[in-house]
Amino acid sequence: MRKPWEITIVAALLVFILVASISVDGFATGRNWGFLLLDLAPIALIALPMTLIVIAGEIDLSVASILGLSSAIMGQLWLAGLSLQLIVVLVPLIGALLGAVNGLFVTRFGLPSLAVTIGTLALYRGLAFVVLGDRAVADFPFGWTGGSIRTIPGTPIPWAVLLIAVLAGVFALVLHFTPIGRGLYAIGNNAEAAAYAGISVGRTKFWLYVVSGAVSALAGILWTLRYASARADNGTGLELQVVAAVLLGGVSIFGGRGTLAGVLAGVLLLGTVRNALQLADVSTDTLTVVTGVLLILSVVAPALTRLTPRLRKASP
Amino acid sequence: MTAVTAPKVRQARNLRIGREVGIVVAMVLLLAATAIRNPGFLGAQSLRDLLLGSAILVVLAVGQTMVVITRNVDLSVGSILGLVAFATGKLFVAQPGLPIVLAVLAGIGLGVVCGALNGGLVAVAQVPSLVITLGTLYVFRGVDYAWAAGQQINAADMPPGFLRFGSATVLGIPWLAVVAAVVLIAAGLFLRSYRSGRDLYAIGSQPAAATLSGIPVGRRVFAVFAVNGALAGLAGVLYAARFGTVDATAGTGLELQVVAAVVVGGVAIFGGSGSVWGAALGALLLTTIGSSLAVLRINPFWQQAVVGALILAAIGLDRLLAVRMARRLRGRSHA
Repeated sequence: MRKPWEITIVAALLVFILVASISVDGFATGRNWGFLLLDLAPIALIALPMTLIVIAGEIDLSVASILGLSSAIMGQLWLAGLSLQLIVVLVPLIGALLGAVNGLFVTRFGLPSLAVTIGTLALYRGLAFVVLGDRAVADFPFGWTGGSIRTIPGTPIPWAVLLIAVLAGVFALVLHFTPIGRGLYAIGNNAEAAAYAGISVGRTKFWLYVVSGAVSALAGILWTLRYASARADNGTGLELQVVAAVLLGGVSIFGGRGTLAGVLAGVLLLGTVRNALQLADVSTDTLTVVTGVLLILSVVAPALTRLTPRLRKASP
Repeated sequence: MTAVTAPKVRQARNLRIGREVGIVVAMVLLLAATAIRNPGFLGAQSLRDLLLGSAILVVLAVGQTMVVITRNVDLSVGSILGLVAFATGKLFVAQPGLPIVLAVLAGIGLGVVCGALNGGLVAVAQVPSLVITLGTLYVFRGVDYAWAAGQQINAADMPPGFLRFGSATVLGIPWLAVVAAVVLIAAGLFLRSYRSGRDLYAIGSQPAAATLSGIPVGRRVFAVFAVNGALAGLAGVLYAARFGTVDATAGTGLELQVVAAVVVGGVAIFGGSGSVWGAALGALLLTTIGSSLAVLRINPFWQQAVVGALILAAIGLDRLLAVRMARRLRGRSHA
């Protein structure tokens, strides 16, 4: 049992799917799974770079704001008459730039990523409102908006899932099978030792934030097309769900530990729990509580398991 | 020992006072620039509004300062404020004749419960408080939403005396500002002169060393979260008194402004240094910026962006000064 937490999460996911399929009406239908996967797409996308960032011992709380700002910029560019082909190339580049600002503050100035990304969380969301105000841009061509929710022929699986699968493959490859990935674990365990071992800690972290920004912008494009609406408040609070999924997936908040497969299981667990509760007529507000509780549990539970062996040793 | 540390202490204090003077200068410049556009901005009424507008933020910033000094953070304060504000309204709906003092105490009590939950989880799990309070941010808000179920408490549901408390003045100063000043002075004295107050700085400077020197770190951190919860609860009652109308969204996103006020006020996000005076000045500056934007007819959507930019500027400046001071101190000890 090298990865007990990951195994627990996968088991919990399977048990939950089984129970929900039996007890919740309409859960085990292809249509529902199609929607569930669409709902999860932005979270799953952003969770990929977030996993790498948390493993390297940092955090990025500005992702949902980058998503919102990207959506606002996308709407404004469309109003300005640019073609969508051009927009979907430009927006991720802007996202990369926004991520680079985070990276610059964290690596060049040596500031705690928590404080920096709380700052950019407010800054980017504010800029999103400056760019688009409280308007909504909704007149995107149907070919694009409808296309974003189209499924792979013969299956209920949306095309977006394929995009995520490919990206997840790339991220998993980098994290688990390259020196860069092993470097991330080293940085997360002990940044100073990693630096002495010849890993360029600063540059690695900087690029992680750039990638995180670009991927968050990509999620912003998906979000905008899926709901056919560019708004400055798109994805508000999504950073909670992403961080919750990543920690639930067994990534240590202290860095240095975690797997991408575990995180994907965490994303699915979070998504299926929310979906099943929604189908069971639990209000959206209560779902927020559930996400918050899952986030807290995922950090408190490992601490409790750390405590129990000590207790067991002490009791006989 | 004093011979070595005295200059360092003095230098650190100068740095802090420099920051506080800097904020005051920035605020005066901002007030002057705004007053040129609109002379009424410096009128007694307008300044009174400024005090009234910043009172709630000051109370929250004082609590947050104590948390941040111990190298923690509490992101759930906006949600606690919202929950308590709604609970206060509900309380008056159920008991219209309730004395105001009891409502205030009830609000503080609910705040303590929320804060103790934060503190308990942080102390038990020993994980970054950021994660715990990010979770409880949504838990408290969700409870608020579920409880309110879309309804809203209106000013008509609250006793007139309570609403007067929210807007009335004593000797020209709003009651809310008086409450904020009392909280500020009490916390300032506590942090300066009491042993448990000094403990907070020791914990934030070096938790391991604090433990070794016999400071009950876990208990202090727990207590600081409970006190911060109490102040957020008090702020919730003040919010209900001031605005009269409360729904489940009250105080959403306020935690960002609180964190901004605290770091702009010179409280180091790494813990171990800073004062409530600075944080209160930071809260005043943020409120002034907000009303200046309105007077200068700048798109109000800039407000949140300014909050974010201020956070980045403040932590960047802190870092710069810290690096420079460390270099200067090192230079001196070699000489």
